[in-house]
Amino acid sequence: MKVIEFISQPWHWSISGVAIAFVMFLLIYLGKKFGVSSSFQALCSLGGAGKRFDYFNYDWKSHSWLLMFVVGTIIGGGIASTVFASPEPVQISSATVADLAALGIQAPKTTAEGAGFIPHDVLNLESLLSLKGIILMVLGGFLIGFGTRWAGGCTSGHAITGLSNLQLPSFVAVIGFFIGGLLMTHLIFPLIFSL
Amino acid sequence: MKLLRFLLVGVLFGIVMTKSEAVSWFRIQEMFRFQSFHMYGIIGVAVIVGVGMHYIIKRKGMKNVEGKSIEFKPKPETYKASLLGGSLFGLGWAMTGACPGPLYTLVGHGYMVILVIIASALLGTLTYGALKKRLWH
Repeated sequence: MKVIEFISQPWHWSISGVAIAFVMFLLIYLGKKFGVSSSFQALCSLGGAGKRFDYFNYDWKSHSWLLMFVVGTIIGGGIASTVFASPEPVQISSATVADLAALGIQAPKTTAEGAGFIPHDVLNLESLLSLKGIILMVLGGFLIGFGTRWAGGCTSGHAITGLSNLQLPSFVAVIGFFIGGLLMTHLIFPLIFSL
Repeated sequence: MKLLRFLLVGVLFGIVMTKSEAVSWFRIQEMFRFQSFHMYGIIGVAVIVGVGMHYIIKRKGMKNVEGKSIEFKPKPETYKASLLGGSLFGLGWAMTGACPGPLYTLVGHGYMVILVIIASALLGTLTYGALKKRLWH
């Protein structure tokens, strides 16, 4: 069908940007706000962490809308990766392909090699037995949870929502995102990938 | 059911995250290496449209679906937390190639290994909750 083929192409960044702003608008119109990392706090609270720590001692049901949103996101990912699957893997710049090859990571050239969403060479269950894999996945995940909650938001809450509302704390947070990201990519990655 | 609306917005978000390729570890590497405009274009357009949207909502005094006027809570002015927490998140974002939205989206793609990252993120959240009072804010 023509419509499905049309949606299935990778989207131009301008379309994607408008679409993200539309998601933010829908949540605001529905009386909420766009910020995904609060779901981590809600999930910990749902798991009973409020008995031990004040931070989680709140009515997680006030976040039940966000947990529904998260379930929807998972379903949306399932739909997009099947019904609207791209005909070819993510096409990144040749400079990035070369840089990553130097670290030992191959960007997929055909869909048989992967969709180009995750680097199968390093992010897989078997690598959890290696130091490199534990650092990238377990420590990496830990820093996402710890960092976003300390900063009070992630890409959606600070970079999109906060900057859209001209919030200075969000601007500072985004500077932090890049300090961390650049430090990791340019200085720490070469060390981790030499393990 | 009221909550179903949020499920549907979430479905849209998961599709947008995938088709924008913001869920791609490779795209995030490209961004942190300044080798493509793609991610900057996405975030830039979303913010520019968002600024206009916030302006119009405030200017027109728009009401939400419940008929209440839309109010925006300012972000708390905890600059140390923004900078330090933000930097730690940045490290994790580059390592896993995913921020929270894409993490959930990738679970939907069927990558089970992402569940390990989410479990670690919950452990990180729990640790933050335990240490909150001792951290700079």
